[in-house]
Amino acid sequence: MKFALFLGCKIPFYLAHYESSSRAVLKTLGVELVDIEFNCCGYPIRNLDFESFLLSAARNLALAERQNINILTPCKCCFGSLKHADYLLRENDSLKDRINSVLQEEGLRWEGRVEAKHLLSVLFHEVGLKTIKAHIKHPYDGLKIAAHYGCHALRPGKIVQFDNPLEPSIFERLVAVTGAESVDWSMRLDCCGNPLWGKNNPLSLDLMRKKLSNASQAGADFLCAACTYCQIQFDTVQEAELIQEGKREEMPSILYPQLLGLAFGLDGKALGIECNKVDISSVQEYLS
Amino acid sequence: MFFTITLYLSLAIFIIGTVYRIWTWFKISVGPDATNFSVRERLSAALKGLIKTLFSRRFFLLLKVLILDVILQVQILKNNFVRWLMHICIFGGFMLLLLMHALDGPVTQTLFSDYASTLNPFFFLRNLFGAMVVLGLSIAVYRRITLKGLRLTTNTVDIYAIVILTVIMISGFLLESMQIISAPIFDEMVMDYADLEDPEEIKPLKIYWAEEYGVCFPDVSDSPPPELFEEGEQLHDESCVDCHSRPDWAFISYPLSRGIKPLAWIINKARADVWLWYVHFLACFIGLAYLPFSKFFHIISSPISLMVNSVTDVTDKIVTDPANMATRRAMELDACTHCGTCTLHCSVAPVFRNMLNSNIFPSEKIISIKALVAGKEVAPEVLQSFQEGSFICTSCYRCTTLCPVGINLQDIWFSSREDLVARGLPEPHVWAKEAGRTKWAAIIKDYDTPLIPDSKHLNLSSQADTFSACFECQTCTNVCPVVANYENPAEVLDMTPHQIMHSLGLGLTGIALGSRMIWDCVTCYLCQEHCPQKVRVTDILYELKNLAYGRLRSAELQDKTEKNADETQVGVT
Repeated sequence: MKFALFLGCKIPFYLAHYESSSRAVLKTLGVELVDIEFNCCGYPIRNLDFESFLLSAARNLALAERQNINILTPCKCCFGSLKHADYLLRENDSLKDRINSVLQEEGLRWEGRVEAKHLLSVLFHEVGLKTIKAHIKHPYDGLKIAAHYGCHALRPGKIVQFDNPLEPSIFERLVAVTGAESVDWSMRLDCCGNPLWGKNNPLSLDLMRKKLSNASQAGADFLCAACTYCQIQFDTVQEAELIQEGKREEMPSILYPQLLGLAFGLDGKALGIECNKVDISSVQEYLS
Repeated sequence: MFFTITLYLSLAIFIIGTVYRIWTWFKISVGPDATNFSVRERLSAALKGLIKTLFSRRFFLLLKVLILDVILQVQILKNNFVRWLMHICIFGGFMLLLLMHALDGPVTQTLFSDYASTLNPFFFLRNLFGAMVVLGLSIAVYRRITLKGLRLTTNTVDIYAIVILTVIMISGFLLESMQIISAPIFDEMVMDYADLEDPEEIKPLKIYWAEEYGVCFPDVSDSPPPELFEEGEQLHDESCVDCHSRPDWAFISYPLSRGIKPLAWIINKARADVWLWYVHFLACFIGLAYLPFSKFFHIISSPISLMVNSVTDVTDKIVTDPANMATRRAMELDACTHCGTCTLHCSVAPVFRNMLNSNIFPSEKIISIKALVAGKEVAPEVLQSFQEGSFICTSCYRCTTLCPVGINLQDIWFSSREDLVARGLPEPHVWAKEAGRTKWAAIIKDYDTPLIPDSKHLNLSSQADTFSACFECQTCTNVCPVVANYENPAEVLDMTPHQIMHSLGLGLTGIALGSRMIWDCVTCYLCQEHCPQKVRVTDILYELKNLAYGRLRSAELQDKTEKNADETQVGVT
């Protein structure tokens, strides 16, 4: 099993432990990763210019297509953006021609032969729960997790095809295989607030705060995220804006490959357990 | 005389220019925090930092950077071998030519007492070093033409750098080849070094030199008698051989001299070698005098940038002293060589091909910043494009990690964005929401005009069938987390999603475009997913943002240009 790893703009500098933990977990599971110099997925520019978004995303797909390899991304916004572009190009021949005429200038072409997949889909559908379970050495005991889905992986369901967009279960099942328990929380499908971070901070914080409270009320010990932007929101932004400001108690957020990696018995350093802004080291106390 | 005057004149300009450029590092402010310090404070902070660094263990780190990054240019090698080859050829070749050839009096002569420019190894090495520079220049030109990203960003500064070096190198090689065939120079050498005066005595030597050294004499036939040739060889062994290597050691100039041989009589007659000598040294002096104001200033600034950044440690008070940060940013602006590495790898570079805003490219953005901090008059459209480019950057740090001269570009981008915010030009998203709120009524006077379908969009918002299925159940609004966040959504958002869909259905696009809801949409797609009639609500909100941004931008520009025109008119009367 081989994929081109699509890190997006934020992981290398802001969330390097998401990369290291993803690599560590995938290596354990025998998933091979190839590095390609991709560009931005196009998600941020979509607010200003549709065709720039489409071109950015299509160029990435074309880069992977040139090497005939599917894309694996740990970021749900990158995933959504790539899937969206793929869908639009399939639907609309004139868009496809326009984009290809630009890509052609550098010898690239989009034909739709490769697919973009999210880390969680690869783990769930391609690797499979059975294989994952076979690698679990230290299942969690009594750990309560609030699995946060992330909007851009779920919706529009017709386009991203990640899971049932209004009643998904992949994430909870991936959490369950580690021995942890997923709490039932009403806001699990809601937005983390990050899309408006830097654009409308009070609103962005309001949305996050509601989710954090909802997770706490449901009895979760940790949030679990599998998206770059969601994690930046729940970790970096929560720490700087809510905890430092004394506005609420900590609700630490752990990245899914960190959660899984610890259950595999992987070294905490490789998983970047120390790198989270809101301390997650106490999660190790639940390992059996 | 003329030589000496021009040499000292260009040297003086070079020194004054360099001092001036370095002085600006303490004067220019990038980022709002930079204005808090006076030139004196910045100078003393830099001096303190410098002394502290030199007398600490970090001195060895500086030494390491000097060898690996400044001389061997490992940073460039890591990025791209061809680029490294290009740069090391130009840099190495030129520096060696400067030391061995241009400064042969003070340098080469001092080191080698038997130095003569016509003797090996110097004779050969001059061609070798020159060939290195020419190879480097050829790669540079080839890259700038074939690499699209570089072609787009190549400007007059880059062209000047290539042209001046090319003139120096070509005039040098041509000069040497003309000297090889020159009969007048032969005569001068005979006068200076051989004890011969009678033209008949010199004739055999001429025959020998015509045959073996490629000199073109008007009075030497192609097939001289062999005994004269032997006589000439004898004379040559007595008077010439000790000071003049064979010309074919000049492996570029000699073949070149064969090429110009048919024109030898006219070249010798006009003393073209003398004219070319003027071209050659004047080009060198122009290069020297203009160096502080050209791309070549990086010979001074880039090593400084590399070394300063090598000792930059965020835990260190010297370097993170805000006074030094301000100076460092100004210095880094000068250290940029416009090599284009950042642009070639920029994450958002593909956006340029659609929006055609060169300020998206880091290598071009830095030029805009230089102009802005130097206090130059900037046209509104340039400022607007700089604002857009600055915020399209996703702050991925890729440019910073790849910059061969170690510029902390991301830090410069963050600072210049703060400057933009201070000028009332924040992130376009924020700017557009505010502009929509305050100026929309004036801008959409003509809001009844339907949107013209644009090939650049999906035109969801202008197609009736997008909405015809909507029966106003308000599900989109009811599931919207943004709407739910406010007690009185209309007060904050102007309109809720179902109202926007309804307006669009009625063709009231202008009203929809002006509502703040579109800018506060978190793009969570709950509305679109829940819509029982499959209206693509979120996609439509995205499209409205694109359309509103375009309209607001052009309206703003028109507004500003008109204002500027008014002001100019007032000035005239």
